[in-house]
Amino acid sequence: MSARDRILAKLRNAMPAENRPAPDVAGWFAGHRPVEGKAEKAARFRHFIELAHAEVHAVSSANWVQKLWEVLAAREIRRLLLAPGTEHGARAMNQLSQSGIECRAYDRAIEQWKEEMFHYIPAGFTAARAAVAETGTLILWPDDHEPRLMSLVPPVHVVLLDSTRIYNTFFEATQQEGWKDGLPTNALLVSGPSKTADIQVTLAYGAHGPKELVVLLMGEDA
Amino acid sequence: MNAQPIHFKPSEGFRGRAKAVVDNPFLRQSFRGAMDFLMTKRAAQFPDAEELDSLRTLGEHIRQYNLGKLPDLLVQLEENLARNGIHVHWAETPDEANAIILGICQKHSAKLMVKGKSMVSEEIELNHAAEAAGIGALESDMGEYIVQLAGEKPSHIIMPAIHKTKEEIATLFHEKVPGVDYTDNVDALIQIGRRVLRQKFLEADIGLSGVNFAVAETGTLCLVENEGNGRMCTTAPPVHVAITGIEKIVEKLEHVPPLLSLLTRSATGQNISTYFNMISGPRKPHEKDGPQEVHLVLLDNGRSQAYADDQLRKTLQCIRCGACMNHCPVYTRIGGHAYGTTYPGPIGKIISPHMLGLEATATMATASSLCGACGEVCPVRIPIPELLMRLREESFSAPHENPAMRGQGAGYKPWVTAIWRGWAAVYRSPSLYRLATWLGSRFAWLMPSNQGPWTTVRVPLKPAPKRLRDMLKERG
Repeated sequence: MSARDRILAKLRNAMPAENRPAPDVAGWFAGHRPVEGKAEKAARFRHFIELAHAEVHAVSSANWVQKLWEVLAAREIRRLLLAPGTEHGARAMNQLSQSGIECRAYDRAIEQWKEEMFHYIPAGFTAARAAVAETGTLILWPDDHEPRLMSLVPPVHVVLLDSTRIYNTFFEATQQEGWKDGLPTNALLVSGPSKTADIQVTLAYGAHGPKELVVLLMGEDA
Repeated sequence: MNAQPIHFKPSEGFRGRAKAVVDNPFLRQSFRGAMDFLMTKRAAQFPDAEELDSLRTLGEHIRQYNLGKLPDLLVQLEENLARNGIHVHWAETPDEANAIILGICQKHSAKLMVKGKSMVSEEIELNHAAEAAGIGALESDMGEYIVQLAGEKPSHIIMPAIHKTKEEIATLFHEKVPGVDYTDNVDALIQIGRRVLRQKFLEADIGLSGVNFAVAETGTLCLVENEGNGRMCTTAPPVHVAITGIEKIVEKLEHVPPLLSLLTRSATGQNISTYFNMISGPRKPHEKDGPQEVHLVLLDNGRSQAYADDQLRKTLQCIRCGACMNHCPVYTRIGGHAYGTTYPGPIGKIISPHMLGLEATATMATASSLCGACGEVCPVRIPIPELLMRLREESFSAPHENPAMRGQGAGYKPWVTAIWRGWAAVYRSPSLYRLATWLGSRFAWLMPSNQGPWTTVRVPLKPAPKRLRDMLKERG
């Protein structure tokens, strides 16, 4: 008998005769979490992610590239990792290249440029899939265009978020988007820049992930 | 790195280790300050008593429901992980788990493994096993990194280096990290750790992590963290190995949001952690990063023993938030190392006997005032004080057949049981009681001045020269 079979046999012999009924998670959320309008959700999202030390800028579909440039200029960043295969990435590359920013694409497998990625990319720009108001949380689903490390390794991460894509809760997001029927290889909730309080409970930012998280919050008709 | 083994210390040394901490004002202050901070932060996250109460009830329900069908869920998880391309391994003992992980390392000729925070990897002493096999095992959580540099074990399951001052860490970095000048600026110290470990994430052959929740219906491994090292370990190296206890499984994705909320709010008083990382497979052919291979090791190590008893099974509801230790008056005074086990504090006292046997842990359950704080704050309502009472019973009752626990009766002493029997008899019979108090008042002078542990901090016990009944008689 294998370890697997022995463990399962022990557990099966010891299972309680009758299990409890399935818990009513949806009922709990319906009774304990508000369902808010777009403006309230955006305000709540902003409040909590700013508490977690993220920098948030309200932008419009017309001016967000300008704001992105200002964010980079304020930090004297001249190189940006982005995804030209996406609409937002192409648009940013188009305009930023003309303003003297060197735009780098994640165009090959990480093994072919790991050193460069870890040491010479000062900032990454991605879009967020959605967000959660309750906790001030960005939802990222890395893909071929914006792979996993793009939002992790560069010291500054700038995120474009469509404010109409904010859910009340994480639970609501998973339900409405049907996550249980199709998750990507890696799904992420990000709620601020990387941090730690492991030395004498003193909070310090920039532990292993981005030191700064900048959110461009794109309004409907701002 | 420190190659020497760091073994489980036997429970017999508990009193001495506890006393050493109680006598050390700096350690006392470190723990007191940190626990006060964590308690305050947790309280601020739960301003609404009804919300907390109902969420704890939901959390308990979710955990009990999932434990109620655990073997079925393990099989479902295995199927769905396999479908997603994740390899599943099973281990009954720490040795088996180490052999599996080292086997994966050797298959890839791995020289360096970077580790995200994993208490289960501490439980199996993976670092020691890896070093013995010539594989470097480097902790990358800042607290774990500090503890490893110092050659110690974590003193808290959420804040591993809570027993160290920043000055001690400054000295440690200066002495152990090449080219580092002394600085006790916390930001600077963290940046030193970042710089050293960033290079290691880049170089590592294997990334190891724990698991906070494994979702059976989707075949997903979930990790909670703030630093980003967990994401690094599970994303940058070509191979990711996750290890978890068999109990950390939920059937449905919808079970995750309530448990996540309870976990981060109870643990560190955050409404959510910086990162929540959901892994459902290795890199796909068209993807550009992520590990080429993902493995999950499922460890029993005594959990199935707890599972077999309706009361003890509640131990497995734990989501490892650490709130019980943050609120424990004993933990706050003696810190995590005194317990001598991987898991300290109230949760350590109820889970360790299943892992190590009562022979090694018989006295652990007695290191409690039974004040009930741990049970009151537990986000999944584990009745920790009741379980402590049960473990005392298992440890100190006479050995019997078919015990529920390995090492049952390990603390049994016939003369102690005889004394308590006599005590009970005296209180049941009025004539025996009168005789006993009469003897007590006459022979009080025979009481020794040294009464063992009692007189180390108290004046000796001595029966009064006159009994209450005699005094009442004199009054008429």
